[in-house]
Amino acid sequence: MIPLSSALIFSAILLALSLLGLVINRKNVINLLMSIELLLLAVNTNFIAFAHHFHNVKGEIFVFFILTVAAAEAAIGLAIMIVLFKKRNTIAVAELDQLKG
Amino acid sequence: MTATMSNLIQQFFFYFFAVLAIASAVGVILGRNPVRAILFLVLTFFFTAALWIMLQAEFLGLILVVVYVGAVMTLFLFVVMMLDLNAIMQHKGLVKRRFLATLLVTAILAILVYFLGPWHFNQQTFPASSNMIAANYSSTQALGMMLFTHYLLPFELAGVLLLVAMIAAIALTKTAKPRRRVQDIDKQIAVKAKNRLRIVKDKELPQ
Repeated sequence: MIPLSSALIFSAILLALSLLGLVINRKNVINLLMSIELLLLAVNTNFIAFAHHFHNVKGEIFVFFILTVAAAEAAIGLAIMIVLFKKRNTIAVAELDQLKG
Repeated sequence: MTATMSNLIQQFFFYFFAVLAIASAVGVILGRNPVRAILFLVLTFFFTAALWIMLQAEFLGLILVVVYVGAVMTLFLFVVMMLDLNAIMQHKGLVKRRFLATLLVTAILAILVYFLGPWHFNQQTFPASSNMIAANYSSTQALGMMLFTHYLLPFELAGVLLLVAMIAAIALTKTAKPRRRVQDIDKQIAVKAKNRLRIVKDKELPQ
């Protein structure tokens, strides 16, 4: 039996790493999307750790739906990125400032 | 095999997979090449799927590998290969103030670890219902029993969500050939005066 706090700390480390990846982005939109996938993975691990601790399958059901939504969001995010690259010929985050006030 | 020995083996494998998953996640963040970063992310997913199988969620662990790695990461790789990598990798260097960002994220991590540590979440203060799992426990069966009875409506809604996402992705990236003579309102609004009108002086007119 894996102790609950070990799995939770692992999930917290993954979350912190994904936040770091969002912030120290090397000006690349793909890194943003990958950091968001890491974030969702950390949250899923958290849910599964609690589902394992309480022997309740509802945590796993929520993970099921989070996986669905994450896959849909990744597909649409990549489609937007393709269209953006066609229009602007760049995917550097620093250069995508058309909406800047 | 005694209980402590199996416990020890479980702990060893947990730390093995956890440390490797965290190392792969660090490789995702620091990977300069997008393809290398995506492959590190695939590795992270594999190790995390192994962890999920250890946490008695074998269906979800396999679904992570098949659906997430097999479909979503493949999609990432396709998109990265479609774009021009020379244009992407022109922008070298990290952003400014990355040391401050690392410090703040470490502070966030420290706060999280303080609240999630084993002094809060151990067996005395946060007891589980029981320690024994049945030998023929099938996560797939338990998931299916709950998903198709109590959570049937969210399940169907998830299917509709995927359909909508598919339509959106196709509509966004579809390049329609102009088979009809229609007005392109974007081009009409974006036209500038210098594209349509040129003021000439007298000496340019042909005599």
